[in-house]
Amino acid sequence: MTDSAPTPAASAQAAPTLAVATVADRIRRRVLEHTLRNNGGYLSQACSAAEILATLYLRVMRLGPSQGPAVPRPFAGVPSAANPDAFTGADYNGPKHPDLDRFIFSPVHYALVLYSLLIELGRLGPDALEQFNQDGSTVELIGAEHSPGHEVTAGSLGQALSQAGGIALARRLRGERGRVWVFMSDGEFQEGQTWEAFAALAHHRIGNLGVYIDANAQQCDGAMADVMTIEPLAERLRAFGAEVHEVDGHDPDALAAPARARLRLAGDPRVQASDETPRQPPVDALGQTESQPPEPAAVPTAVPAIGPTAGPATGPAAEPAAADRPLVVIARTDPCRGIDLLRARAPKLHFLRFKSADEHDAYEDLLEHWQDDAS
Amino acid sequence: MIETVTRPHRANLIRFGEQHPAALVLGADLTSSCEADGFRDRYPERFFSFGMAEQNMLGFAAGLAREGFLPYIHTFAVFITRRPFDQLAMSIGYPNLPVRLIGFLPGITTPGGVTHQAIDDIALLRAIPNMTILEAGDATEVESMLDCAQAIDGPVYVRQLRGEVPRLFPADEPLRLGQARVLSQGPEPDLAVISSGICTEEAMRAVPALQAQGVSVTHLHVSTLKPFDDPQLIDAIAQARHGAIAIENHSVIGGLGSALAEQLAEQGIGKRLLRLGLRDTYAHGASKPYLMREYGLDALALVRAAERLIGASLDIDADHLAEVDVENGSQPLAKADKSEDL
Repeated sequence: MTDSAPTPAASAQAAPTLAVATVADRIRRRVLEHTLRNNGGYLSQACSAAEILATLYLRVMRLGPSQGPAVPRPFAGVPSAANPDAFTGADYNGPKHPDLDRFIFSPVHYALVLYSLLIELGRLGPDALEQFNQDGSTVELIGAEHSPGHEVTAGSLGQALSQAGGIALARRLRGERGRVWVFMSDGEFQEGQTWEAFAALAHHRIGNLGVYIDANAQQCDGAMADVMTIEPLAERLRAFGAEVHEVDGHDPDALAAPARARLRLAGDPRVQASDETPRQPPVDALGQTESQPPEPAAVPTAVPAIGPTAGPATGPAAEPAAADRPLVVIARTDPCRGIDLLRARAPKLHFLRFKSADEHDAYEDLLEHWQDDAS
Repeated sequence: MIETVTRPHRANLIRFGEQHPAALVLGADLTSSCEADGFRDRYPERFFSFGMAEQNMLGFAAGLAREGFLPYIHTFAVFITRRPFDQLAMSIGYPNLPVRLIGFLPGITTPGGVTHQAIDDIALLRAIPNMTILEAGDATEVESMLDCAQAIDGPVYVRQLRGEVPRLFPADEPLRLGQARVLSQGPEPDLAVISSGICTEEAMRAVPALQAQGVSVTHLHVSTLKPFDDPQLIDAIAQARHGAIAIENHSVIGGLGSALAEQLAEQGIGKRLLRLGLRDTYAHGASKPYLMREYGLDALALVRAAERLIGASLDIDADHLAEVDVENGSQPLAKADKSEDL
């Protein structure tokens, strides 16, 4: 089945011309549709994160065309030495290439938001969500590394940043220009491991890694301020050695600006000050691969060909250069953005489970109205 | 005469680093204590310090391994297994990444007390799918670990020894994955003794004393605790008239003895199995010989267990065992040092 399915690679190339606002609106509509179909789901995450994720894919990250099948592969078993068929969903983010970026998706409860985005960008087929939350499917409710767009298994929250740090360090050791971008939720800043990771990122001057945080101030038990506050988040992160920007998480220009500035600061030759959108790498930079992403070198050697800009890897003696600090964008967001009906459920917005037929009907009406608007 | 080797892992790690340019060492503020200081000084660009933050260190190791590097984590066994268990299971175990976890101070080898004594690490890591578990019993096996782990597709946990380590096995007979060492093969055996780690040296003291009393003993040393499928072990127990004794530097729950019991039950081998180890108890800070005697992990405890299994007194006491030891020219247990850096 997957063999005969057309790959969405060609349409992915056209994606940057799409407007973030348009994509974000379509993400919310699609997530609402599947929340209704499943009689519940993670809806507020689409409200808060749609612009962040769309901006990352459209204006921040440099990714090649999707290498994944339009129809998601069924689950092929857990990874093990005895299972050569196991795979990750990273190929939906393009091939691995020294000049291309990598995307690490940490709060995988947002999986439906990511799947919807991949569909809107043509990286995943339009019918991929037929398999959402179905037994035997990789399009899981809470994503794992086999799920489309996922590269690591991050459902135990707060673990992906450290793994992304290892990937970024490896890329620096190999002298690669591509960067690592991590999407996180603010709740993950309650985990001690997140702070261990920031300490290590700063200490080892891992400046080729950027973090976008959906700061929607919500978590499973309710408002974060009531459950366990993480504020002042920006000050805490700065004290840990990160370069921090706080922006309106629904404003694509504000979201993209810190990443663009960092690329210019790092002297990335592929980014010009006047660029509106990141330049896609030339086709030959992708190694002309259609379905076989280049694998890492069989025996990588640990030569710090690029960076850190100053100081030995084992211990900074002086202040790190600005381009060697981990970059953090705190995106302040509204967990009900675009779906005002949700506000009635505050402060518990984490998972929408319809309490009555009337409530379900109200969301159904919203979806129908939305579709009317779109047509 | 048994040779004692000083810091065998330290030299071996430097050698291994020269041969494998993708090998990295990750440390958590116990670099010299885990004999990784030589590698750090020789290959500073391949050594990464993570401070006392093991959860994050395991995640970084996972990321590096995904990119084709070979991270060798060095810290105490308790801080690899108990403290960051979820990170180990999810970031490294699930994706079957080639991260090598070199854990020092197994069981009661340290006077550092309960916080430093890994008495449950085998039990915890046996429960993680994809994990391979190796345990060193002597200097030859300490020196075998890196090459053995290199050939394994997936994460490897090594219960490693440091400092003064006796060489019980010939230097040219390295550890072979999944294969027990037959140290003694008695005719028509009365008992099978299955030992691991530092308890093998104790068993090598007890077995000759038992044999001198006319007890025929088959003795096997186990260094691969997972996968646990060497048929020699169950065959030896099946052939032993009175059954078997397992002796290990670990809780009796979840380690070597438990693994043997599972195999015996599944294969329907109706033999008794006495498990020597920490009997569902924590230990405390004291010297290794003191703790081995207190918790019944030494040669005399093995003799007493043999008497229980046979149902007869063998008239062997500590003096006999000490004589055996002196004849072999080795008293490494006396070298436990309470001043070792922790």
